[in-house]
Amino acid sequence: MSKHTINLTVNGKRRTLDVQSNELLIDVLRDRLYLTGTKYGCGIAECGACTVLHGDRSVMSCLVPAVAADGWEITTSEGLAKDGELTPVQESFVNLGAIQCGFCTPGMVVTSTALLRENPDPDEAYVKDYLRGNFCRCTGYVAIVQAVLDAAGKMKGAAAT
Amino acid sequence: MNTKHIMKEYDYLKPSGLDEALQILSEKEKVKIYAGGTDLIVKLKMETVPDMDYMMDINGIEELKQVEYTDEGVRIGANRKLWDIETDQRMTSLFPALTDAVKAMAAISVRNLASIGGNFCNASPVADAVGPVMCYGGTLEIASARGVRKVPAKDFFLAPGVTVLEKDEMLTGIFIPTPKGDVGHAFTKMARTKSDIAKLSLCVALARDGGRIGHIAMSMGAVAARPLFLEEISAGLAGKEMSESLAMETGEAVSGFLQPIDDNRTTAVYRKDVTKTMVADALALAWARSGGA
Ligand SMILES: Cc1cc2nc3c(=O)[nH]c(=O)nc-3n(C[C@H](O)[C@H](O)[C@H](O)COP(=O)(O)OP(=O)(O)OC[C@H]3O[C@@H](n4cnc5c(N)ncnc54)[C@H](O)[C@@H]3O)c2cc1C
Ligand code: FES
Ligand code: FES
Repeated sequence: MSKHTINLTVNGKRRTLDVQSNELLIDVLRDRLYLTGTKYGCGIAECGACTVLHGDRSVMSCLVPAVAADGWEITTSEGLAKDGELTPVQESFVNLGAIQCGFCTPGMVVTSTALLRENPDPDEAYVKDYLRGNFCRCTGYVAIVQAVLDAAGKMKGAAAT
Repeated sequence: MNTKHIMKEYDYLKPSGLDEALQILSEKEKVKIYAGGTDLIVKLKMETVPDMDYMMDINGIEELKQVEYTDEGVRIGANRKLWDIETDQRMTSLFPALTDAVKAMAAISVRNLASIGGNFCNASPVADAVGPVMCYGGTLEIASARGVRKVPAKDFFLAPGVTVLEKDEMLTGIFIPTPKGDVGHAFTKMARTKSDIAKLSLCVALARDGGRIGHIAMSMGAVAARPLFLEEISAGLAGKEMSESLAMETGEAVSGFLQPIDDNRTTAVYRKDVTKTMVADALALAWARSGGA
């Protein structure tokens, strides 16, 4: 089995790691960089708990071989807040109670971040469709969708002032 | 079996150009291509990939990700990601059934990884992007160190998971000719939830000739051992005057023709039954979109 040296930028930090050909990105993030915000739910791209950003795009880290992520710029849920200040999406999730057990939350927040970068002015249908691969077994989704729309409203307001 | 780790051991190769990739395919045995991995990695975790000593990552080959438009049509690189296809305005205006099919697949974080070529080469009878390409008269471009050959999309599939690709060959591109005339297209899919695999899918692409059907192509997914191109039934519709009763009769004819199976998504009876309405509705929709009354 081949071994490879890869370079990743994770939450702004350069990391050089030796990985085996069959190691997965999710395990490198969680077990080697201790970024345990990224959750392991299903392992087969069905639940969205492992979602991270590759550039501005969301991907399921349980499906990505670590070696194939060589050169990627990755943002995990830990990398969203800057200097302890929550992003509008994170703030809205907290304020609107879009979190119960919290297991799905990192994936939800990361995917919602990608959503708002792509479409700063989404409607409810757009949010529901974009988040269709992120499962939540607690909230019933209503508060999550509201939180994303709330964050969009705040960001628009901030851009206008 | 677990879905956390890949238990299989293999070497990883990442060619930076197409020639290098084709060389690897011709020289080495048991090479599996990795494009988006959204089928391959799942199968590796499920331990259903018996023959693999090498994983060849094709994401370093830029030309496989490109899209190119000419007057004749579009050539989509085999490793173009689904998200790049569905967000391409020109693609949507020329081939709406294809972008509708792609949007109906999986979730965004899968479509950012998955490629259109992977959907073909995985050769599942439910592959959603396949029907539209077949109905638009698409051609697949297949390359090996021996040369390049072209195969109509409808002739690409042999059995579940099996295509006409030889051991040293790979899919490099998909060519779809620009539809001409008063055209109307529809892609519809029945699934449990929106990101699910289809219980049934259907594509119709037609060109209207006044009140008559000019050219028409129809295909269905999840009803046979491979994506099903309804060649004869479609040919029989050419020249016919369009009407509600023709749409209903066609639904009955397609349903009668199918020999689907029961599986974990639904039953054969359901498939045959729902097909009647699905075909009639899609035909009416494509007709209306072509400007027909
Ligand atoms: C949660 C989930 C939901 C899904 N939902 C859908 C759905 O709704 N509809 C649907 O159709 N599919 C669905 N899929 C399946 C999958 O996402 C698609 O088939 C996708 O297009 C595969 O592309 P890929 O690039 O990821 O393929 P890969 O996994 O990289 O490759 C698939 C197969 O094709 C071979 N291959 C890839 N590229 C080439 C090439 N250029 N030449 C030769 N061989 C090649 C590989 O060796 C492998 O055997 C889903 C998958 C997941 C995980
Ligand atoms: S753990 Fe990756 S999608 Fe469920
Ligand atoms: S808050 Fe518990 S799974 Fe979503």
